[in-house]
Amino acid sequence: MNTDAQLRLLQERFKTDILEHKVQWGELTLTLARNSLVPACVYLRDASGLEFNFLSDLTAVDWGPEAEPRFEVVYALYSIKHHHRLRLKVTLDEGERAGTVSTVWKTANWHEREVFDMFGIRFEGHPDLRRILMADDYEGHPLRKDFPLRGYSR
Amino acid sequence: MSQVLIEVRKKPLDSRMVLNMGPQHPSTHGVLRIELTLDGERVVKAVPDLGYLHTGMEKLAEHKRYNHVITILDRMDYLNSMGNDLGFVLAVEKMLELEIPPRAQYIRVMLTELQRIASHVVWIGTHGLDLGAMSMFFYSFREREAIMQLFEAVSGGRMTPSYFRVGGLSLDLPDGFLRRVLDYCDALPGALAEFDTLLTGNPIFRMRTEGIGHLSAREAIDWGISGPTLRASGVAYDVRRANPYSSYDEFDFEIPTRSEGDVYARYLVRRDEMKESMKIVRQAAENMPSGPIKAHAPRFVLPDRQLMKTQMDALIYHFLITCEGFPVPKGEVYFPIEGSKGELGVYLVSDGGNKPYRMHVRGPSFINLQALPAMVVGGLLADVVAVIGSIDIVLGEVDR
Repeated sequence: MNTDAQLRLLQERFKTDILEHKVQWGELTLTLARNSLVPACVYLRDASGLEFNFLSDLTAVDWGPEAEPRFEVVYALYSIKHHHRLRLKVTLDEGERAGTVSTVWKTANWHEREVFDMFGIRFEGHPDLRRILMADDYEGHPLRKDFPLRGYSR
Repeated sequence: MSQVLIEVRKKPLDSRMVLNMGPQHPSTHGVLRIELTLDGERVVKAVPDLGYLHTGMEKLAEHKRYNHVITILDRMDYLNSMGNDLGFVLAVEKMLELEIPPRAQYIRVMLTELQRIASHVVWIGTHGLDLGAMSMFFYSFREREAIMQLFEAVSGGRMTPSYFRVGGLSLDLPDGFLRRVLDYCDALPGALAEFDTLLTGNPIFRMRTEGIGHLSAREAIDWGISGPTLRASGVAYDVRRANPYSSYDEFDFEIPTRSEGDVYARYLVRRDEMKESMKIVRQAAENMPSGPIKAHAPRFVLPDRQLMKTQMDALIYHFLITCEGFPVPKGEVYFPIEGSKGELGVYLVSDGGNKPYRMHVRGPSFINLQALPAMVVGGLLADVVAVIGSIDIVLGEVDR
């Protein structure tokens, strides 16, 4: 399914839950309302014709301490059957939580742990939200824009 | 104290034992630590602990100009440096909408496929070594050395070539290089046949790998597994075929798949993949187009030395690119390629400046490792070694 057809179908299904859509360099990005993310992901995984059964990537972007909303969590979906891709986004402010999609795709578990470790974003309902790359007693979240390149220790 | 240890100590009469495997265990292929809970020799629970090799590559990339990031990515999956570089330059080129000349595309394909062979050869050697087939290691490293020498001839570096550039390549191929590549393609089948005699028919190797670490197709997709590990579970997903990039659609090759989903199937898939890669390398070398090796985009691609010394505008662009880099339009892309371990995706966000605002790499080793507990729980302790080997992780990429 090409991006236009995807967009039409999803706009019909989700209506106002899609806060923003963008097609750039042939890649479709949808910004979803935060509370509709998990149900939308379940739908996208199972609906025939879409079948985004493979979560390629999950990461976050920090737009800086002054930005509002500060964070974007970015989901890269892929369908092994139809070979099409889709990018979802939810926006979060400091302290706000996103719903976990580790219940939709198991692979999201470590992705979300990495985002928590690097950005301090928490995921509601995640079964095991611990740091993954940094040490357990590490302070700060390295990929935040206000975290200095060389860390706090020197 | 670790969570698992606390749990076990609460019940002193419990027969379970906690075993710490790694981070300096030779069979974890790097600094991976696994907390294994054992009941006798059975694995009850396995908790991977990562981060020993975390070097903050994604943070560092936000402070480097686009062409400088390539040198960092070389060091990520250090057995697949050409592949890492390719994923990144393709992502940037997509944002810049550059048209890459066919010669550059073919050279890229040829070198990344050679890299895939080198990566699989290291894997086959270490995997054999893990399972007691020691001579495998010596034979495989002999093959790898030949590829490393080709890389050295082309870029000056063996492990860290940094040969690709945004918009093309840093240099053209040296004289007689294609001849050397074709000679290597002639020699490789003999070596692969040797590997077969050492491992494929080896009864001990087969006893240790067949039926071990099983993963069904459905589970593998759910865990986000990609690459040979996924294809050994019967899913023919290969980015080179599904979403061709860098002129892969012009090459004739098969996607080896197996349906068993065990350690032995993963071995067979990688073994067959080397033959397919060799076919691609041969096609690229035989049909190598002539022409430029850089896109015509003076603002983004360094001019040739000769032009830079004789033409004013070329000199100005050279000065601008080396001093400031080049701006990349605002926006974001996710560019997946087929690395030697699976789908290697580069997610790039640009704010219009000369450095990535955010770079994220979907490392296939990281994702594939996540399914390790699902594959080892219920099996024997000795099988953990076989399963870790079979998913082919490189800790440089797991921890980034």
